[in-house]
This record gives sequence, structure tokens and C-alpha cells, in this order.
Amino acid sequence: MIIPHAKPGTASKNKTGSWRDQEPDINKNKCIKCGMCATHCPEGAIEITKDGAEVNYDYCKGCGICAEVCPVKAITMRKIKK
Amino acid sequence: MEFKREDDLFVSGHTACAGCGAAIIIRTVMRALGKDTIIVNATSCSEIFSSCYPTSAWKVPYIHVTFENAAAVATGIAKALEAKGNDHTTVVVIAGDGATYDIGFGIMSGVMERNENVLYICYDNEAYMNTGIQRSGATPYKAWTTTSQVGTVRQGKQEWKKNLTEIARAHNIPYIATSTAGHLIDLTKKVEKAKKIKGFRLINVLSPCVAGWKYPPNLTVKLAQLAVDTGLWKMYEVENGKETINMQPKFTPVEEYFKPQKRFKHLTKEDIEDIQNKVNDYWKNGKGEIYG
Ligand SMILES: Cc1ncc(C[n+]2csc(CCOP(=O)(O)OP(=O)(O)O)c2C)c(N)n1
Ligand code: SF4
Ligand code: SF4
Ligand SMILES: [Mg+2]
Repeated sequence: MIIPHAKPGTASKNKTGSWRDQEPDINKNKCIKCGMCATHCPEGAIEITKDGAEVNYDYCKGCGICAEVCPVKAITMRKIKK
Repeated sequence: MEFKREDDLFVSGHTACAGCGAAIIIRTVMRALGKDTIIVNATSCSEIFSSCYPTSAWKVPYIHVTFENAAAVATGIAKALEAKGNDHTTVVVIAGDGATYDIGFGIMSGVMERNENVLYICYDNEAYMNTGIQRSGATPYKAWTTTSQVGTVRQGKQEWKKNLTEIARAHNIPYIATSTAGHLIDLTKKVEKAKKIKGFRLINVLSPCVAGWKYPPNLTVKLAQLAVDTGLWKMYEVENGKETINMQPKFTPVEEYFKPQKRFKHLTKEDIEDIQNKVNDYWKNGKGEIYG
């Protein structure tokens, strides 16, 4: 008998970034790499690299939480045209 | 605070609403727990958005169970691990308020009373969200839901929120704590602490819900913080009977918490005053009422 099952971590196939109607624009000159955006992003779409916060737009749903929690206002939300 | 996305045990591509508090909580919990974890997930939004066949957002062993039996299934797994001589894997329930405050409560009470070796995380979004926002025991006083409508006779839920944390406390379990989706350092510390304790542990986490509370998605974290700042949600832990309040309220007017949420848009000046008085009374005289 074959029991159908989903393999671990395969949700990353779902490119939920297609849902958004706005997206974060990160000003790397302002970013202090504190990690606030990365810890609060519901999608886990942000990574802190040596250059600053980096968004993976395959998954960002455009909620705007990262812009809200950034302590130095390095993130602004821009509308995207569909 | 450097970390790599590829290390996440709860991955991107889950299908929660944009700005979902539960998704923030689950990722934070998984970052704190690490790989040596087994997840027992009661039916809810979190189960639907994380395990939509044929995909799974989990990179640890995971079982989806019914509303009623999450605590029982977790007990079985904990017992099996014990029988195998495994004393390191953490068995964790993740369940919503409907499963915890209401439908799974009978079994959970038994599991608490027997002090089984289970860490139970309730994300409390204050209604049955996955089936379209029905009121639960966790829904706050006066909140609109699809089963506590605003009409001419009644406006919103007529009962006060059930205080699950205090009910759990009466079971004399070794560790109980509250936290929110807006206090992730606090939540991380509590999960790390709970992980090291043996026996039943409950962390009850307030989880703003964009769809059910009806606010703009960027406010999830802010609302969770306002719940604590107003004094509506008490941030505390009880370790072997000893209570510690982790954060004192700033007594921000409760109105600031209610205003962005359309589920409270029908509240009158008198309603807000009444709730404010109850909150003041709780913190000043130990009477009155708060949410959690
Ligand atoms: C016994 C039973 N009744 C009803 C349902 C339908 N149902 C599935 S998820 C859900 C809502 C869950 O609410 P909660 O536990 O608060 O989690 P949330 O969806 O809010 O995250 C309901 C009612 C069910 N699965 N089992
Ligand atoms: S807008 Fe929301 S989903 Fe997109 S990166 Fe910011 S926090 Fe994450
Ligand atoms: S309905 Fe609420 S809890 Fe469910 S996925 Fe949407 S925001 Fe999250
Ligand atoms: Mg719920």
C-alpha cells in the first residue's frame, strides 16, 4: 500500500510572492542589520546578509510588517502595478 | 542577529494570510526549539496553511490531529519516546484557541493533571478563524464574530474572555507562561526555558489575526504590543507556583488597541469606559477583568 505523503519543507514550492500588491524597498545605507524585520516577517522571507536586510520576493506577501518594525525606518513599502 | 533562511524548520511558502500572527509565532517557536522536536498540530488555520497536500512547511516530524485529541496524541508520543529511552526529543502541541480553550480542553485537563511530558503552545487568535471567524471561549467581550453578530438586541459577544492561563495554573503544572506575536525575544526565552523543564508546560500566545480582527496587515506586531501596553493581556510566567510578571502595562488607553480593529468598531464610549474601568480595577485592586 502506498500512503501519499508530503515531503518535509516542500511548501517552499509555493511561490506565495505572487499574492502581493505592495512590496518592501530596503535602503541598505540606512539598514543597521539589527534583524528586527527578519525575526518578524511572517513568511521568513528576509535574511540579514553582510550588506544588510535582503528580501526574497518569491515569498514576500507584502504585509508591511517589516517596514513597521524597522527601528531606523530603512524600509518603505512601494505599490506594484499588476 | 544573523541567521540563514535555509536553517528555518518552518519554511516560506506556507499559505497563511499576509501578516498572520500565527505564522510569526510558529516560526519563532521553531527557531527556539530546534531540530529535535516532534510537532502535534490540532486542526486549525496553522494546520491548513502549513500542510496543504502535497506540500508541507515543516522540516521536523509532524502529525495533524483532530481538535479533541492533540494533548492525548502528544502524550502517546512522549510515552513511546520514554519507553525507547529517548530523553532529549521535545514533544510539542501547536493548537489554536478553539482547540485549547474549548474543544480539546477536557483531554488537555487530564493530561495536565497527570503532568505528562508535553510542551503545549496555544496561539490565541480569539476565534475559530479557519472556518470563518466563529466565537470561541477566547473571544473577548463585545467582539464581533460571525456567531456573535452586532444587531439591535445584542452587540458582539456578551461574555467575558475565558481565562485559560489561570485555569491551567489551577492544575499545578510546572510551567505556565503567556506571550504575544509582538514580543519575540520574550517568546524565544520562554520556549527555551520550557524546553528544559520536564512535565506539562503551557505557553499561551496572543496571535493577532488580520482576517478575523479586521485590521491592516502591517499592524499585527503593533496590536500584540498594544494588548500588553494597555494591560489587557498580562505577560507573566508561573514556575512551580511562583508568579513573575515579565512586563508591566504602560496603561495606554484600551481605546488605542480597539480602534484599528473593525471587530470592535461598534463599541460605544460607554463600552470602552466600562472595559477601561475593569482593566484599571484589575491592576490596581486585583479585582476587575483582563483578557489573559
Ligand atoms: C470536531 C470538529 N468540529 C469542527 C471542525 C471544523 N474546524 C476545523 S478548523 C476549525 C477552527 C479552529 O479554530 P482554532 O482552534 O481557534 O484555530 P484557528 O483556525 O483560529 O487558527 C474548525 C471549527 C473540526 N475539524 N472538528
Ligand atoms: S512585507 Fe511582510 S512578507 Fe514581505 S518581507 Fe516584509 S514582513 Fe515579510
Ligand atoms: S485567518 Fe487569521 S489566523 Fe488564519 S491564516 Fe489568516 S491571519 Fe492567520
Ligand atoms: Mg483561533
